[in-house]
Amino acid sequence: MMKDDDCRPRDRALGGRAWVFGDNIDTDTLAPGLYMKRPVEEIAEHCLEAVDPRFAKEVRAGDVVVGGENFGIGSSREQAVAALKHLGVAAIVAKSFAGLFFRNCLNLGLAALTMRDTARIRPGDRVTVDPQTGRVDDLTTGARYAAEPIPPHLAEMIRDGGLLAHLEKKLKAGRA
Amino acid sequence: MGATLAQKIIARAAGRREARVGDIVTCRVDLAMMHDSGGPRRIAPMLQRLGAEVWDPSRVVVVSDHYAPAVDPDSAAILDLTRKWVKNAGVARFHDMQGICHVILPERGYLRPGMFAVGGDSHSPTAGAFACFMFGVGATEMAGVLVTGEIWIKVPETHLVRWRGRLHRGLSAKDMMLALCREMGLGAVGYNVVQYAGEAVRALAMSERMVLANMAAELGAQTALIEPDEVTLAALAEAGVEAPDALDWRGDVDATYANMWEFDAGALAPQVAAPHSPANARSVGEYAGVAIDQAYIGACTGAKLSDLHMAREVLERRKVASSTRLLVAPASTRITAEAAADGTLTALTAAGAILLPTGCGACAGLGAGLLAAKEVCISSTARNFRGRMGAATAEVYLASPYTVAASAIAGRITDPREMLG
Repeated sequence: MMKDDDCRPRDRALGGRAWVFGDNIDTDTLAPGLYMKRPVEEIAEHCLEAVDPRFAKEVRAGDVVVGGENFGIGSSREQAVAALKHLGVAAIVAKSFAGLFFRNCLNLGLAALTMRDTARIRPGDRVTVDPQTGRVDDLTTGARYAAEPIPPHLAEMIRDGGLLAHLEKKLKAGRA
Repeated sequence: MGATLAQKIIARAAGRREARVGDIVTCRVDLAMMHDSGGPRRIAPMLQRLGAEVWDPSRVVVVSDHYAPAVDPDSAAILDLTRKWVKNAGVARFHDMQGICHVILPERGYLRPGMFAVGGDSHSPTAGAFACFMFGVGATEMAGVLVTGEIWIKVPETHLVRWRGRLHRGLSAKDMMLALCREMGLGAVGYNVVQYAGEAVRALAMSERMVLANMAAELGAQTALIEPDEVTLAALAEAGVEAPDALDWRGDVDATYANMWEFDAGALAPQVAAPHSPANARSVGEYAGVAIDQAYIGACTGAKLSDLHMAREVLERRKVASSTRLLVAPASTRITAEAAADGTLTALTAAGAILLPTGCGACAGLGAGLLAAKEVCISSTARNFRGRMGAATAEVYLASPYTVAASAIAGRITDPREMLG
């Protein structure tokens, strides 16, 4: 929990409805192999359908995915992240992430925050997330949480919008 | 304070005297491997956007294994794009439909102990069997490596997993690994290193050690390592690799480990992991009798020559049950040729096995051998996540090649020791 003098969600906070999932959500569930040769728009239509067929149809821009332990276990396939981004997911908040998936999220500019007490966020709650401070607000219940912010050495890359944009900037400046 | 093997490799690649756990360091990459799925088709547009070229094509390996051979115009286009890209980029070490990337790397002599490598695939820790620090990255991060030749890493802790005793007949590294998935849990070691040691590991051939390293991915580890020994040296020599310093790549005696895990290989029964997680592993007896529609021997985890030999031991002079089908997709064309030369393919096909092309195939939900709704499969592969091998309601059990072969004969999940005498 955070201090009371910092009680209003900031303007830069991302947010929408919470979609709550359990432990070990794997990359085959996020980006099923059957559709991997198709464009990301098509993969996204099947994102998470094995555990929640409504998700890809009903998720809206700004919504937040809430996960349990080891979110994103499995493949290196970046489409697992790209599909969530394509569907408009603003951030993922999970108890823990698979390391490879976590790197992919940050490289693609999708906010991924680690937070131990995700279980108290309920499906459909209005949630805002501030990736830079790690502040998470559940506006429905009024609860406030402190997630781990983005690692400092990656802050510049995140501000630039992901690894490609970051490299583009560095190459232009002649220091890649 | 001593350093672990992982710390030593990272320090060398980062050009530092030491690499302390938790430090963020930038490493020079010795080898960057990518395949047709996460490789050129994804990174070519990124390099184009950056207006950049590959930093050093001689350090790049490209393997077409996911969409090989093509089954439709989409997959054919991916393979075509891959061929054109490697030619343009000047990548000479390109293996088109010759095998699965993690098997190709040691087979072609691309791995050397002490290497720091990245792969565009989550099973890249396989190279850890050869004491290479190799981990999986996504396509965007691979593009970054291809442009800069570098990658950042947070120096990981090492979990030492010691196996004492000896495996009994009918058991393999796959059984050890499934037991670890249950005992340690997926994700329990965090994004760290699993280092395998002990008498039972030393007794394994390189192809079996590769199974332990490969499935460290299922434990959620960043990578796996095994310290080189005379078995490693022999395999390197066979692949024509000169590595005079190979045996130097080991942890200091006073290295600090995050945790020591100890297991007894002699106490192990064949393991079977029920749908939909490798952590659902139990002794085969718990699932014995489950009827199967398909048995599958394939993938980087379970279709090397040693895996085919295990299947042969069970299948020789027997027939696959009429109620099921046994599909075998050897992990490389060289393995196929070796299995043909030593009579293994004859034994497998005489038993009724159906030979599939080399490639990732059904393990990755691609190619031939996918499952219909509610079908049940027992597989020598690494993952049984929901929907991975076909329909979302299909059920995949994971097991060793021995157990898969025995189950194919019986038409139901069966303890292979019953057939090995």
